Amino acid sequence: MGRTIEVTINGTRYRHEVEPRLLLVHYLRDVVGLTGTHIGCETSLCGACTVLLNGAAVKSCTLFAVQADGAEIMTIEGLAEDGQLHPIQEGFWQKHGLQCGYCTPGMILAAYQLLSRSPDPSEEEIRRGIEGNLCRCTGYQHIVEAIRYAAEKQRVARGARSE
Amino acid sequence: MPKGKKFVGEPIPRVEDHRLITGRSQYVDDIVRPRMAYAAILRSIYAHARVKAVHVENARRAPGVIAVFTGEDVREAIGPVPVASRLPDLKVPKHPVLAVEKVHYVGEPIAVVVAEDRYLARDAVDLIEVEYEPLEAVVDPERAIAEGAPIIHEEFGTNVAFVWQLSGGDIERAFREADLVVSQRMVNQRLIPVAMEPRGVVAEYLPGEGQLTVWTSTQIPHLLRTQLAAMLRLAENRVRVIAPEVGGGFGSKLNVYAEEALVGYLAMRLGRPIKWIETRRENFLSTIHGRGQIAEVEAAVKRDGTVLGLRYKIIQDVGAYHQLLTPAIPTLTGLMATGPYKIPNLHVQVIGAFTNKMATDAYRGAGRPEATYLLERMMDRIAGELGLDPVEVRMRNFPQPEEFPFPTASGLAYDSGNYQQALRRALEIVGYEGLRQEQQQLRQQGRYLGIGISTYVEICALGPSPALPAGGWESATVRVEPTGKITVLTGASPHGQGQETSFAQIVADELGVELADVRVVHGDTAIVQYGIGTFGSRATAVGGTAVYGALQKVKEKATRLAAHLLGEENVANVAFEDGCFFLKDNPERRVTFQEVALAAYLAKSLPPGMEPGLEATYFFEPSNFTFPFGAHIAVVEVDPETGDVQFRRYVAVDDCGRVINPLLVDGQVHGGIVQSLGQALLEEAVYDENGQLVTGELTEYAIPKATDVPWLETDRMETPSPVNPLGVKGVGEAGTIAATPAIVNAVLDAVAPFGVRHLDMPLKPEKIWRAIRGA
Ligand code: FES
Ligand code: FES
Repeated sequence: MGRTIEVTINGTRYRHEVEPRLLLVHYLRDVVGLTGTHIGCETSLCGACTVLLNGAAVKSCTLFAVQADGAEIMTIEGLAEDGQLHPIQEGFWQKHGLQCGYCTPGMILAAYQLLSRSPDPSEEEIRRGIEGNLCRCTGYQHIVEAIRYAAEKQRVARGARSE
Repeated sequence: MPKGKKFVGEPIPRVEDHRLITGRSQYVDDIVRPRMAYAAILRSIYAHARVKAVHVENARRAPGVIAVFTGEDVREAIGPVPVASRLPDLKVPKHPVLAVEKVHYVGEPIAVVVAEDRYLARDAVDLIEVEYEPLEAVVDPERAIAEGAPIIHEEFGTNVAFVWQLSGGDIERAFREADLVVSQRMVNQRLIPVAMEPRGVVAEYLPGEGQLTVWTSTQIPHLLRTQLAAMLRLAENRVRVIAPEVGGGFGSKLNVYAEEALVGYLAMRLGRPIKWIETRRENFLSTIHGRGQIAEVEAAVKRDGTVLGLRYKIIQDVGAYHQLLTPAIPTLTGLMATGPYKIPNLHVQVIGAFTNKMATDAYRGAGRPEATYLLERMMDRIAGELGLDPVEVRMRNFPQPEEFPFPTASGLAYDSGNYQQALRRALEIVGYEGLRQEQQQLRQQGRYLGIGISTYVEICALGPSPALPAGGWESATVRVEPTGKITVLTGASPHGQGQETSFAQIVADELGVELADVRVVHGDTAIVQYGIGTFGSRATAVGGTAVYGALQKVKEKATRLAAHLLGEENVANVAFEDGCFFLKDNPERRVTFQEVALAAYLAKSLPPGMEPGLEATYFFEPSNFTFPFGAHIAVVEVDPETGDVQFRRYVAVDDCGRVINPLLVDGQVHGGIVQSLGQALLEEAVYDENGQLVTGELTEYAIPKATDVPWLETDRMETPSPVNPLGVKGVGEAGTIAATPAIVNAVLDAVAPFGVRHLDMPLKPEKIWRAIRGA
């Protein structure tokens, strides 16, 4: 009754036999062991399980693992490169964009998608961009500032590259 | 070497963040043990029913199922869910971990399935059949205590769980001397805490050692251990509770839950590690709720706005059972009933009503937001009745700064404060005069601006031991390792508040070391000495002071050792600065803190009688609570066509005493305000007349999203608390306590021209729109 799927997660290829009903989030957490992706509702309302699937932010509790067959996935564990924090992670750290940290991986990946689509977002765009991700601790203001920090940092980096 | 203090008071980014932002932290559901099995729970679908039979045979035979247990199976083995609060004549119903014979709320656990994986466990739960005999449910607390209501716990013959009273001054006289009596009925609706991480438990039993380890998402590992040991009849030193990373609590994890004992029992009984993770639906149904008060408030006032006395009649919706602190919560409302005002006469009566609902208990603010809401609404109602500015009424009733410590009619002594100054500052920032003029002009154009003020004082740093059921102190161990690195073991149990950073700041400054030299460890009862935990805005004020106390002991011993190493007889001649001990009269003669640490362990040359090693434990017992205060102002515009509320400004001036880390303080204030905004405008736990939780998912229960929240302008004053040497007061709940009435007052100020005097929360557009039409 299992089905074999192949996925690339954070650059590593995996092949597993999974039950058709296994949620992608449980696959990532329980089968692959990447527990940075969290579960806050299992009903696609909180965003704690957000990952990037072929570059787009998706709620991994609303997909079955088999639906991700052949996909490229990035989870929070894949964001820092060579131990260097990604500018968004750095922003969350510097601006205190997290308290308990439970919403944070999903929030960071939602921000990742936002900044890839709109590199210099206004406060309102940021708030709309993370509307699908709930945080009960921070009141969101420091998250907004964290994302602005990252946008600024990436802008400077782009400027440096184009010089 | 750094000069003087360089960490305390600075906005230092948190040391705990790295693991959290890279996805490498460990919450309960991230813990995996060899041979681990999964538990899932069958819960009551009726609010009130006799359970005639529970048929588990099909579930037992289902694929992957290891065991199924019902209430009958475990009633002898597991003691009842405890309540720690004691009030006179408190009715305490038996609270089994799995229901026996009767269920009293939707979501009450009835049976548990253990299976090889979580899917199979949930599948098997669906195969259990329960024969219910439904009984009439009672959901409304006022109806519950009225004649003829169905009785929830027959043994008491009443749904009155307790009656609690508090008086100060002469309330009858206050009302005799009043020019005017202003009264208002107000509801603090039931709220659902919704920590983003649901509860979860992993338990493992090591038969060789006879030790049960319980990883659980809790705010109180040690208190929980004591209670679990009692429930499972184990010796306390055979139970180890670990609070791993905890994904938010807000009071909802300041408790002892049935599942924590049940999963522990399963691990022992089945000889396998067991994991149970709450679904969000279960979190709504069977993790404690907050608030749930109906209050009739009467104020005896003079024509100039002076409030002579307050009379409160409060009905507290208890729910079906008491959880750990349920009855204590409304007593905090009573204690804070005169707020930041000099109101000498007070009478508070609280009636606790059993209802067929989940228990209420401590939710961020725990009784104090209720008090502040009632009083700040009353201040605006009084201003409205007397035709005075709400600022004037508040100013008239504040105690003067020189009156501190200020005694209240409820019997408290406020430690320090300057309430006028906080309000003036908030008014200045928001530009109050100008706003009032603009409000007048806009009204001419058919636009409705509202300005809402809330001045508050809260009771924090809970608290002196006599005031708490299980001790109000906190503990810390400062352990200097031979290499001079420092390990701090704190009895506090932070879960987002950032004490791994703020405590490290305190240590680094006191010992002249770097932040990276300090590691703060918490939440493991096998490692940390007994502690109380994190709640009631106490972790820094009480737990931080314990760290400070332990540091003084360490420094004292290190100084004596340093004197010995420097060949100085007179210890008083040794000074310690920037991580070095030196002779005051010969500063060239010096020895570093690290050298002293090493010497303490090598123990080759210790002063006579000195024990080797360098560590100290300190239990700090505060002499009083602390009383942070402040003023919040919300400015909103209400659209009369839709009832929609738009924020214009939000200004918060808070005084939480001395600030260790302003970045963290801002974070606490923001989060608190937004939870308050949820109560004011969005959130309400609604049960229908049959006791079904209508708002049982995030779809129906709206917690604030990023787009619901305005930019928050925070400002601060720092009036040090005299209660502890750090001068810290606490800030975890300030925002939640202050903001609700500020927002509600603003909305009601906006719609005042329509003759609307009061509306109960949440102020959803439809409610506002109807009031505008109806009035
Ligand atoms: S767990 Fe997927 S959205 Fe909440
Ligand atoms: S940091 Fe706790 S939920 Fe966002």
